[in-house]
Amino acid sequence: MNADWSSDARRFWLLLVLGGTVTALGLGAAHFMEAHGHIVTGMDNSVVWGLPHVFAIFMIVTASGVLNIASVGTVFGQSVYKARAPLSGLLSVALLAGGLMVLMLDLGRPERVIVAATHYNFRSVFAWNVFLYSGLVAVVAIYLWTLLERRMNVWSKPAGMAALVWRFALTTGTGSIFGFLVARQAYQSALLAPLFIVLSFGWGLAVFLLVQAAMLAWNGRRLDADIERRLSRLLGVFVATSLYLVAVYHGTNLYFARQSTFEAFILRDGGIFPLLFWAGYVVLGSVLPLVLLWRGTGPRAALGASALVCAGAFAFLYVFIIGGQAFPLEIFPGFEVHSSFGDGAIAHYGPRWPEWLLGLGGVGAAFVITVVGVRVLDLLPRDPEPAQ
Amino acid sequence: MTSRRGFMGTAAAAIGGVMLAPGIQLIEVARAAAPSAGANPQVRWGMLIDTNQCEPGCNDCVTACNTENGLAADTRPTAAQWIRKVEIKEIKTGRQASVPVMCQHCAEPPCVDVCPTGASFKRADGIVLVDRHSCIGCRYCVMACPYKARSFVHEPLTDQKADVPRGKGCVESCTLCVHRIDQGDKTTACAEACTKAGHHAIIFGDLNDPDSEIARRVRELRTTQLRADLRLDPGVRYQGL
Repeated sequence: MNADWSSDARRFWLLLVLGGTVTALGLGAAHFMEAHGHIVTGMDNSVVWGLPHVFAIFMIVTASGVLNIASVGTVFGQSVYKARAPLSGLLSVALLAGGLMVLMLDLGRPERVIVAATHYNFRSVFAWNVFLYSGLVAVVAIYLWTLLERRMNVWSKPAGMAALVWRFALTTGTGSIFGFLVARQAYQSALLAPLFIVLSFGWGLAVFLLVQAAMLAWNGRRLDADIERRLSRLLGVFVATSLYLVAVYHGTNLYFARQSTFEAFILRDGGIFPLLFWAGYVVLGSVLPLVLLWRGTGPRAALGASALVCAGAFAFLYVFIIGGQAFPLEIFPGFEVHSSFGDGAIAHYGPRWPEWLLGLGGVGAAFVITVVGVRVLDLLPRDPEPAQ
Repeated sequence: MTSRRGFMGTAAAAIGGVMLAPGIQLIEVARAAAPSAGANPQVRWGMLIDTNQCEPGCNDCVTACNTENGLAADTRPTAAQWIRKVEIKEIKTGRQASVPVMCQHCAEPPCVDVCPTGASFKRADGIVLVDRHSCIGCRYCVMACPYKARSFVHEPLTDQKADVPRGKGCVESCTLCVHRIDQGDKTTACAEACTKAGHHAIIFGDLNDPDSEIARRVRELRTTQLRADLRLDPGVRYQGL
């Protein structure tokens, strides 16, 4: 059953050790932060969510988007996607676990995670998300069961439908973490929930294409060119749609006079933030992948575009999360203000090494789960041999 | 294959059991705890800050707060500040004022709404607090507060005051000197220091008591709430803004 893998068991163990080491470094960094406090990070009382949140939100949003492959296969009956549904489900759980690991270990009191699991304030979007996240794992586990267990195959369509609905709810919840923050000029928008859903499509497919290519390559297999072309074209549509919604988000903000100084900061005057937005997200993360996908051919164009989309996602989230906090709260509209607590001043944030290691540790954990899952459950997509 | 499946099922059930059991135990322990007397729901504690009386450059309220609550007089961006003096200048007119800003003890506090564990809560008498036993340090309340009133404790603390629980990894803010109020005291450290300095810019009292000075002043004078557009109904009001 695992012939492809057992022929190279050494490679499996090597990948496992690699992923395990990165995860262990992340756990070590979390321990260091726990022992010394967040003083060892670049965060302060103005920027309270730093680089770990960028990693965590990327992985959680992507966990939802990557499940799209399975949904298209099961709910809409596309056989190309159906063959990929098990890998898509596994990746979803792996990325969610990695993202939650980062989020939990970045808490001020990570050892109190049991409090978060036993005390709920149902007005809190965070509390909803605790259920949405654990629920997604359960729904996807059942879904995977219906896909992999032949006796349960008849149930795969309703299970796939449940997973589809659940992942929409989950990304709505993730977008609403920010959308419900009335006080911050960067957020407080109903557009954020649909924006995050559309972003999740592109990021999820990009991660899926990269992981699929790596897993197939390690097994000495290649992806059928037709299938690759279809998936690449879909990625192009998702990237273009995301770019459109981001443009609408900033366009509406530019129209409101009260938002103009914030938009000027994010899009023009804010130093690292406009640079990351335009060069990172717009050019490298959106326009260049679109050019690659529509003009280029072959696996290199698709994988290059996917890698760029992921890099652009990090740039986008850095600007969105850190930039949104770096811009000062407007407590006294129409006044110039200053204080000992950073009122009226742009906050400066630079991520430090524990934050990088913790974030990468989450990626490492997702990688380990994926590598083990693919080997144990034999989830590599199997396409019918193309007719020559 | 069957045995592997069986093993995975058993393992999943065992892990689930191990993870849930301590939580269920804790719920029982919490339920068994004796209920406390609780705050008086007839009262709405609040403050009135007269910016015309507040002296620019005077920091007595801040110093008194630090002393009362055991905060270090530290202004690094990572240090906790429960009250700060914000110097403001109107862009169009050049009019200047010095404004003490602290937790505004909103009637509709966004920090309480967003807190996932319910650690941020509003007492019956309007005081907004953080329960240090259930705060997990997620900082969502810091993101939600429109007044930048909350601080996250970035470093281990020592020598805390017995009446003022604080600790690394939790979020904290002005408590309206709740430990004093619960002992029957009728003023906060900042208001007391301001009066002592002769400025009388901070008045503390019960907004619901029509005979209190704060209620009378709020009734007779034009006062404003910060970010009134958000309709959070803060318990702290400002005069002369």
